[in-house]
Amino acid sequence: MMFYPFLIEVLQILIILAVAPVFAGWVKMLKCWSQGRTSPGLFQPYRDIVKLFSKDVVLAENASWIFRGTPYLVFGVVVLSGGIVPMLSVDLPLAATADVIALVALFAIARFFTALAGMDIGTAFGGMGSSREMTIASLAEPAMLMAIFTVSLASKSTSLSQMVQVVYSGQAVLRPSLAFALLAFILIALAETGRIPVDNPATHLELTMIHEAMILEYSGRHLALIEWAGMMKLFLFVMLGIAVFSPWGIAASGDLAAIPRAFLFMILKLGAVGAGLVLIETGLAKMRLFRLTEFLGSAFLLATLGMLSYFILE
Amino acid sequence: MNTNLAAQINSFLAAMILLTAFGMLVQRRMYGLIHLFAWQGLFLSVSTAVVGFVAGAHHLYISSILTLSLKVILLPYILHVLIQRLKIHKEVETIVNVPMTMLIGIALVVFSYHLTAPVRELSTLITRSTLAVALATVMLGLLMMITRKHAVTQIIGFLAMENGLFFAATSATYGMPLVVELGVALDILIAAFIFGIFFFQIHTTFDSLDIDQMARLKEED
Repeated sequence: MMFYPFLIEVLQILIILAVAPVFAGWVKMLKCWSQGRTSPGLFQPYRDIVKLFSKDVVLAENASWIFRGTPYLVFGVVVLSGGIVPMLSVDLPLAATADVIALVALFAIARFFTALAGMDIGTAFGGMGSSREMTIASLAEPAMLMAIFTVSLASKSTSLSQMVQVVYSGQAVLRPSLAFALLAFILIALAETGRIPVDNPATHLELTMIHEAMILEYSGRHLALIEWAGMMKLFLFVMLGIAVFSPWGIAASGDLAAIPRAFLFMILKLGAVGAGLVLIETGLAKMRLFRLTEFLGSAFLLATLGMLSYFILE
Repeated sequence: MNTNLAAQINSFLAAMILLTAFGMLVQRRMYGLIHLFAWQGLFLSVSTAVVGFVAGAHHLYISSILTLSLKVILLPYILHVLIQRLKIHKEVETIVNVPMTMLIGIALVVFSYHLTAPVRELSTLITRSTLAVALATVMLGLLMMITRKHAVTQIIGFLAMENGLFFAATSATYGMPLVVELGVALDILIAAFIFGIFFFQIHTTFDSLDIDQMARLKEED
């Protein structure tokens, strides 16, 4: 039984590597259906990644080690964060070493290097994308931390495993602070993963792209790694939201038999969240860049209200 | 329904009232503003009914029904008609920009939390924790009246303030006597009609409901 937590850890990293592209494919599929188009199929992201891996890398002459190293670094950082967020069980050795603040910092490292890589080649698009990305990051990160602190207040810990356990074991109560934090988290997750009101992942229109502008110069296996990391980041944010705000069905500590059930619950929740994401994305238009301060400002407001209502009302 | 659950429901409704108050503060569209006002009235009405049930104060049911009919149905309808008649359903102008208003709003919530802390210590009612939210709603309504230029928006701010006062009465003392509440409800109704008449007058005189126009009421010299 000693190896059990490590088994979970390995299993979880395999899940994030394998299921994240399927989730991205699921979102794309639902989106196509809701817009009356023929969908490319659930496993299209796999085929894209395989295709990109088999292609040659085209590098600019002045590309430095930052540009070449960033895809590996981003991929590694996202996989590492995948070991922190509880998905199947609260027994995670890595969750004990890194709390949720470290998780935010890990995402910040990935973003920092992507922004540097965007500017490395010296094209106009890369610099523009990096500039926009950092603008969004500077507004989204305080709000993200605020939302997470609200949940930490309620669970009296910043460790994700601990937070999940407290939310899971607490009887189903109407907690205003958690509701506010959830709303804030949804807004931030949309901004951080570059979904529609903030950024459109499916466009290369120069006026609107943010994340795509930064990675415009990548090709071959570099692009494959970055795309894969992008899908995993979306998956991770969804899992983080599920773990913190609706952990029901997750396996308790040391309960090996509950793992298949937890997996089933996870798939069901992922399906539902994907549908919700598509609803948001088809229902809203992309926001003007200068309105983003208001969008992320409201996220910050909601997170702060959550924290205040914890003190006032609970 | 036990007391604990009722207290939780009431807290949740208080949070929703606070949320709609902030929503009104940042909402730019006139119709959106009215819808938010109606939602606030609805949460207020449900909250009043819940408090009435727990406290066994049956006159609160009447206040709840009054709130429902007046603030959720009648007043929004009147404002709706006004906006359609005056053709002013475009974006609302604010004096201070929206993120700044939000930050001021947060500061007001913290302020009212500290202001009501002694009352919360003394009170024994299950609704005592929502008093801070009620005071914050009053202040946010006031803030809305200050930061908006448009006459109709200011009226909505005023009505939101009244919502806050009503909520404060319910959470601090399980509601005012029925006679007072009936009087206030009637006042609000009459006020809405008078506002309507005033709006028409202002609109025909200045051709706009922007109150900046009213800075120069004196004759040209």
